[in-house]
Amino acid sequence: MSFLSVTYILLFYAATIILFVGVGRRIYKYAKTPAPLKIPTMPAPTTKVGVAARLTREVVFFESLFKANLWTWIFGWMFHASLLIAFFRHLRYVVNSDTFLIGPVIHWHLLQLAGQYTSFTLIIGLAGLLARRIFVDRVRYISAPSDYLMLLLIIGIGVTGALMTFVAHTDIVALKDFVIGLFTFSFSALPTSLLLLLHLGLVIVLMIIFPISKLLHAPGLFFSPTRNQVDNSREKRHIADWAKPLDETRGKS
Amino acid sequence: MADFETPKLKEYPVIPNLVDDVMKGSSPFIAKPLHNEPLGFPGELVEGWKDKAIDKMEDLLGKYRGLQVYLDSCVKCGACTDKCHYFLGTSDPKNMPVARQDLLRSVYRRYFTFAGKYFPKLVGARDLDKGVIDEWYSYFHQCSQCRRCSVFCPYGIDTAEISMAAREILDTVGVGQKYCNEIIAKVYKIGNNLGLPEPALKMTLEDLEEEIEEETGLPVKLPLDVKGADIMLITPSADFFAEPHIDGLKGYAKVFHEAGISWTISSYASEAGNFGMFIGSYENMQQISTRIREAAIDLGVKRIVHGECGHAWRVAYSFWNTLIGPFDFLDPNYPVPQHICEFTYDLIKKNKLNIDKTQNDHRTLTFHDSCNVARATRMGDKPGGQFDIPRAIIKAVCNNYVEMDPATTKEATFCCGGGGGLLTDDLMEIRVKGAMPRMEAYNEVVEDYGVTNLACICAICKSQFSKVLPYFNEKGAPQKFSMDMVVSVHQLVYDALVLTGQKFGDELDAHVAAMEAAADD
Repeated sequence: MSFLSVTYILLFYAATIILFVGVGRRIYKYAKTPAPLKIPTMPAPTTKVGVAARLTREVVFFESLFKANLWTWIFGWMFHASLLIAFFRHLRYVVNSDTFLIGPVIHWHLLQLAGQYTSFTLIIGLAGLLARRIFVDRVRYISAPSDYLMLLLIIGIGVTGALMTFVAHTDIVALKDFVIGLFTFSFSALPTSLLLLLHLGLVIVLMIIFPISKLLHAPGLFFSPTRNQVDNSREKRHIADWAKPLDETRGKS
Repeated sequence: MADFETPKLKEYPVIPNLVDDVMKGSSPFIAKPLHNEPLGFPGELVEGWKDKAIDKMEDLLGKYRGLQVYLDSCVKCGACTDKCHYFLGTSDPKNMPVARQDLLRSVYRRYFTFAGKYFPKLVGARDLDKGVIDEWYSYFHQCSQCRRCSVFCPYGIDTAEISMAAREILDTVGVGQKYCNEIIAKVYKIGNNLGLPEPALKMTLEDLEEEIEEETGLPVKLPLDVKGADIMLITPSADFFAEPHIDGLKGYAKVFHEAGISWTISSYASEAGNFGMFIGSYENMQQISTRIREAAIDLGVKRIVHGECGHAWRVAYSFWNTLIGPFDFLDPNYPVPQHICEFTYDLIKKNKLNIDKTQNDHRTLTFHDSCNVARATRMGDKPGGQFDIPRAIIKAVCNNYVEMDPATTKEATFCCGGGGGLLTDDLMEIRVKGAMPRMEAYNEVVEDYGVTNLACICAICKSQFSKVLPYFNEKGAPQKFSMDMVVSVHQLVYDALVLTGQKFGDELDAHVAAMEAAADD
């Protein structure tokens, strides 16, 4: 096996550990930090089921963003939906078309077909977001270099992916062996294609920066008190552990 | 105070182009040691303030999940950038919610994140220095914590939470705001924001009783410190003396009278307002509201009803149970606290009030949703009751009602411009400019529908609008906006509610004459 293959194997393991440990630690931190006061943005649901529905609408449809700005919503939603489809399309490097998910849950051929073209919607969505960042003075004002680089990074992943689909095919059978090898610890060589190396290299970078960047918005949404709290403050006493001792000291002092 | 130009009211709302640093000079007066110390804060900027500020930030990050999540999650999508009334009114980019958050986030990143520690330029992280402290002090006092941005943020990032944290850090290092801290110190000393002592309060209430009797011929009472009353009314102290607030208080009294229920005001807890929220201090917020718990226990009341106030209703509705609960000493058949609008609406629904709507026919009303009521509380048992119930009351007592542009009402309502601890004369410029988006929507209904009055359910909104409306009159043109356009919702109730046995015409004149004769004796 080539030095390059070994390097990528090691990088993938390192990136995976960083991604899962990093995001896991962050989620642990969010989960253990209390929200001492009831601050849902009203009107808010009065039941937990209602809150689940609110969060689902945010995750699936980007409800608040839709209210805020139609262009950002169109580009943002297009990009995220494309990413989801791209993720499922890439399952073909890990599972076979006869596994349990396929068939009843996912229409394999439709997915593969649609997946080819979602690289375009992904790139269009990201390009739209980048254009807003550059040309809308308010968005330009709030952008740091990392905000541009993040978009360019994912555009890079999308473009190299699209090129492999439509211009310079890579050996996907060998690639599948490589990927399955990562899961089963029976390693095989990575096909040597510059586009593939670039594509995977950028994905590795994305995995590594996920837990230390604004990509934390993904877990963050689920822990956002303005979105995940039930409006029931009059009915149920809500109190954080750190505030409990204050019950004793409150009053004339 | 610097001179400034009142923004022109445009026919259609326009998102302004950015003008850097126009509001850089806007800062409220700094608190003196005598304002800070009663709140448990150092009197002035402390030695080693930098480390203390970072330590406080760490402390808050561990105590408030919202703060931690919001500082991490922003993707700078720009959804909030055109949502803040202070940005729309000033064009200062640092008044865009995300840019305001970034004043704090940049420091958070520098000291608490990997990227900010090792690649500060890349992620817009910066060191904390005195310039940053000054900038925080200026721009976190150009936020009224109205939460409009949080409605539109895809992650629900609430700039109010950031601004509260920033103010608490500032207080911790001795950089307090005079207006808020002086008022809180007054509450601790006297019991209300105005520093109105018990004898003055008693006299005011007696004067009001006399006024109501002159207008109705009936002895409607405003009881003070009555033990064993059913209801304790907690209302902003502005209701005791300011116009148009006081007419709202008369309205509550008339409603209680007609309901035939015993009620009382407490001189010990003669304030609904809780500026502890504005400065982001859990402990101060709790200390201030504890007076209410103590007064309720002391007077032995069964229920607490809350007057018209925005931020205070937020503290009461959303935080009281946390801060001063449980309320096991009160009647469990009623919500604690209950808003006066819920109380009145209940009576209207049950047809217990005799309403003569024509008494308000000289007015055409529109309703301003107060930011805190709209986006931080509820009324009634359904989400959105905070919008529907006040409107239902107004429509029950008035014939002429018009809505403002729906992009500026309900959950999307614009703040009056004076909330969040900004209702002070040293911040007049930001108050006037921040009122512009609301004024544009109000101007539209004044022009198109001949609206004569703006109904409010918040003491701060009422004071703010009374003060800033006249600024928007064009020089030379006939006066379009006057302070008496601002009315309390319960003032409208007062005017339309006909009490059982109420006297009119000659009978009322005779009663008033008898009252005067008795007073002369």
